[in-house]
Amino acid sequence: MRRGDPAPHFFDAPMIFSFELLYEAVIFGILLGCFYAAVSIGLSVAFGLLDVPHVAHPAVMVSGAYGTWVLAGYGFDPILAGLTLMPLFFLFGMALYRFYYEAFEKRGSNAGVRGIAFFFGVALIIEVGLIVLYGVDQRTVEASYVGSSIDFGDMRIPQRFLVGGGVALVLMATLTLYLSKTFTGRAIKAVAQDEPALRLMGADPVRIKQWAFGIATAVAALSGALLIIIGPVEPALDRVYIGRTFSVVVLAGLGSMTGTLAAGLILGISESIVLMLFGASWAPAVSFGLLLLVLAVRPQGLFGR
Amino acid sequence: MKFWIPSCLLLAAATAAALIVENEYFFFAGYTVLMFVVLATAWNILGGYAGYVNFGTPAFFGLGAYTAAVLFKAFALPLGLQILAAAAVSGLLGLVAGVLTLRLRGIFFAIATIALVVIMETLIINWRYAGGATGLQLLRPAPTLPFDSYIKMLFVLMGAMAIGAVALARWIEGSWVGRGLRAIRDSEEAAECSGVPTLRLKVFACVLSGALMGAAGAPMPMYLSFIEPASTFNLNYAIGALASPMIGGTGHFLGPVIGALLLSSIQQLVTVTISSELNVLIVGVLLVLFVVVAPEGIVGLVRKWMRRISR
Repeated sequence: MRRGDPAPHFFDAPMIFSFELLYEAVIFGILLGCFYAAVSIGLSVAFGLLDVPHVAHPAVMVSGAYGTWVLAGYGFDPILAGLTLMPLFFLFGMALYRFYYEAFEKRGSNAGVRGIAFFFGVALIIEVGLIVLYGVDQRTVEASYVGSSIDFGDMRIPQRFLVGGGVALVLMATLTLYLSKTFTGRAIKAVAQDEPALRLMGADPVRIKQWAFGIATAVAALSGALLIIIGPVEPALDRVYIGRTFSVVVLAGLGSMTGTLAAGLILGISESIVLMLFGASWAPAVSFGLLLLVLAVRPQGLFGR
Repeated sequence: MKFWIPSCLLLAAATAAALIVENEYFFFAGYTVLMFVVLATAWNILGGYAGYVNFGTPAFFGLGAYTAAVLFKAFALPLGLQILAAAAVSGLLGLVAGVLTLRLRGIFFAIATIALVVIMETLIINWRYAGGATGLQLLRPAPTLPFDSYIKMLFVLMGAMAIGAVALARWIEGSWVGRGLRAIRDSEEAAECSGVPTLRLKVFACVLSGALMGAAGAPMPMYLSFIEPASTFNLNYAIGALASPMIGGTGHFLGPVIGALLLSSIQQLVTVTISSELNVLIVGVLLVLFVVVAPEGIVGLVRKWMRRISR
């Protein structure tokens, strides 16, 4: 699944095709897709709704995974650890957005290039910070559901994917409800649709965006916990996930929550099928190829505004 | 003339040094520094003037390097033709990527270029003739006279390419192309309305920038006498190409040069003496610092300082 997996040559991978394998690949792809949707949902808020070019989001997520790993060392359950980290990440996200706003959005002109460069720098700092603190080794967590799997007839599904998919669905449902039913949630959607209008209504768009960015970052903590449950984590992992998360968010149509789930599923299933047909060395290109295709053909995404 | 006389003198000095100085390490390190000057200058043509961030430097650079390596393996093409072919192929990649994504807002182009790197790397990993994931060993031919070693020859060659790239950037900066690109950066709608052919200019800048990056990558297989995907498509090239102009100053053709000289020197010092992680950390911190505090970079700081003195 990851880059650097040993499967170097083109025709070395088994080109076996059968409907049973396809069926298995689709089931696995659905679970993987739920996971991809879960790791993308924070970015869907930060980039999709708030229009912040947050290329450091995957790096924040990986630091969430490391936080989970540290807490798991004290005997925390990984998911509980992720939930515990959320308030801390929320505050960090609010501070990060405030800084970004003061330094770039407020000054207006030419914020685009510098904003992207700023978040790129932040991603580098987080990545190297993790290397300095914890080294480059891969880290894993222990839990009853991490190593085991459940049999469904002939197929074995690793339990960690079921847990990951389940948490993903709960997370998506909660956030969708929050955005559509609560007052603050609607305000966040409003700020995404028409910021000047919100300002005229007497609300402070910066405060609302700061709050929303905090939520996006808090979600990244939980996504990080899922990341380390699904597989081993290393500091440079954010580089692969930049492509995966952005392709899900763009494919979904910026800021659409239902779209995020659909796009995650599309990516998960296509990656899983490519993995089965051509082998692991082709899988990383799937998300990026999909992304380029969407940008070229339908840049507003599947569920675009 | 103000530009060409010092450049020619510099190149002559480099050639003389290559003929006289014995120690090869100096040229080995100097080559990398000059390569980053080319990459940063190339990046700045699209990123600095037009304001479109390109994370895909490794894709263009690596494609150039692999074009050269494959042509060398297949036809034993001379280095000059390898560089031309690499520039052409990487320029073509720039054309395709530009036409597909430069219509969209800048952030989409930035993300698309990240995608480009992974796609290129995946294609090369799965291409057995080019060595796949394990890479390709290449035998260097004998150096051309008057040089006694291949590394010294490549050093002078890269010096000439750096001067060529900077000259090109300087020409663009002063011509209507540069004015058009700056208009795009400041306000794309206004530029479009004033009759600037925005898309055509952006694609042109993307092709040129890509071709230069490809040319910078072409001598790499000969420099290492080896090529493999993981290090060729390394993100470090993207970091160097992006951070140098941002730190040096994006508005002036000397900005990327100053930034690249500064960053590569830090890199040579820190990576060799302490660790490569610390080097990336320093680049990250400098990048954030400059982008926030000094948006015009070192060139901007110097200008401000000179204005204050003259007052």
